[in-house]
Amino acid sequence: MTAIRTTGLTKSFGQLTAVDGVDLEVNEGDRYGVLGPNGSGKTTTVRMLLGLVHPTRGEIELLGNRRLQRALPHVGSLVEAPAAYGHLSGRANLTLMDAAGPGSPRRTRRHRVDEVLETVGLAAVGRRPVKTYSLGMRQRLGLAAALLRRPRLLVLDEPGNGLDPQGIREVRDLLLRLNAEGTTLFVSSHLLAEVEALCTRVAVLDRGRLVVQDDLAALRARTGRILVRTPDAATAVALLDGRLADRQGDRLLITAADPAALNAELVAAGLRIAELRPEVRSLEDVVLAATGPGSDRIA
Amino acid sequence: MIAVELRKLFRRPRTWVTLLLLDALPTIVAIFLAVTDVGPRPGEGPAFLAAVLSNGALFPAAALAIVLPLFLPIAVAVVAGDSVAGEASAGTLRYLLARPVGRTRLLAAKLLAVAAFILVAVVVVAGTAYVVGTHLFGSHPLPTLSGGPPLSGPAATTRIVLTVAYVGWSMLGVASVALFLSTVTDSSLGAALGALAVLVMSQVLVLLDAAAAVRPYLPTRYWLAFVDFFRTPILWHDIGRGVALQGVYVAVLLAFAWANFTSKDITS
Repeated sequence: MTAIRTTGLTKSFGQLTAVDGVDLEVNEGDRYGVLGPNGSGKTTTVRMLLGLVHPTRGEIELLGNRRLQRALPHVGSLVEAPAAYGHLSGRANLTLMDAAGPGSPRRTRRHRVDEVLETVGLAAVGRRPVKTYSLGMRQRLGLAAALLRRPRLLVLDEPGNGLDPQGIREVRDLLLRLNAEGTTLFVSSHLLAEVEALCTRVAVLDRGRLVVQDDLAALRARTGRILVRTPDAATAVALLDGRLADRQGDRLLITAADPAALNAELVAAGLRIAELRPEVRSLEDVVLAATGPGSDRIA
Repeated sequence: MIAVELRKLFRRPRTWVTLLLLDALPTIVAIFLAVTDVGPRPGEGPAFLAAVLSNGALFPAAALAIVLPLFLPIAVAVVAGDSVAGEASAGTLRYLLARPVGRTRLLAAKLLAVAAFILVAVVVVAGTAYVVGTHLFGSHPLPTLSGGPPLSGPAATTRIVLTVAYVGWSMLGVASVALFLSTVTDSSLGAALGALAVLVMSQVLVLLDAAAAVRPYLPTRYWLAFVDFFRTPILWHDIGRGVALQGVYVAVLLAFAWANFTSKDITS
């Protein structure tokens, strides 16, 4: 079953088309990452998925349901920044959040709240009001609220915000564990490394349009070229005449399908090979090739 | 959902400070009157105040008349103006709606919480005033404004209760203005001040003879009609008009608030 399917999803704010005919397809169990420069429509898309912004055109199907209100009880979310009532403690905030909306029996509420506080590492924070929390603690609290009802789908906008490297690692491990237990992850971020480390499927938005949607492995496929580093570069160039794609000092890029065959050929010719590996595109190359500058750059 | 909203409202220190301030003004007035024994001359100053010196049981009505023109509407406008806009500016609105809490449901819960606040505020003001008034000035059967036999016991209580209900209903009109504006803007302050601006405008026009043609339709026109509860027999004409007029304002503004909130893009 698909966790998220959108067809021709479009949102216009007056003259500006923030999201333009986006067809997302997220399968259940995916770790799906949405990348794009600032202003590319990531947040507007997330808001439409959560029923906060009404689409101008197009359809959304969430967890197999066209009626968002039916599906949303099974969705946990973190949109832009976390939010809480500053004068209340983290626990009181979660209790209020749990009591709002359907499907959260009062009898097991305390248990649920304790459980998510434990999960995100805030169990020992006590009765301090949220206004005294650090940015990272607020982010953890927001994540705790998203996890309250053991959602089948997590929609997270910039989940690493405000966390230190250790915290980012912790949250990533937590998300991987949840995913292994069956939770579908839909993560939007402008941090390539974060998505690369977490996700298996990647979409790229650019000025409201979906320009890439594919498995990460497929995107990072070999380019059909092989990188060779050798002290005998000049001899190699003469030998490989016509197959040489690029040369920078002792680094050669050679158009060839099979690295093993190329290696054998070079060694047979008596060349000394320092390094030889197939060239792979980085996610950064993919994204930069597919997108223009962010909307915050005023040309 | 309504339980959640009530908990939010009454766990906020601000709510209690507001109630305390609301109560403080009539109490201070009562203390000054009791200490100096100088009352306003009959027909001057807030309604009933002249009569209070001789009868503390009338003080609840006087206390409501004291807070009605400004204090009470400010308190109600602040609470109602904050209800949706406050959640929007804190960012909690998006998480509530994604929970999901239906928008109609959330708005209804907010309205009920504001109504509860109004009821508590009016009852507390009247209750405190009764205690303060009877202690400082002693209590007698209620005199009525139109001569007639004084009211005592249940009859007097009934009229105080009617007064509380009428003032509360008038304040629900204020709350509707603020609640509607609260769905329009993300700023609580903007919504509260907008509602107050409407009231000030209405008050100015009520006093302007040139605006006599629109006077019967101004929201504040019949606010003080509750004094008619203390006549024998009760003079229902203005009270009835007041109730109906506020009813129309409440219905129309809540319909606007609902239409706006349910169709709005939440970008906060």
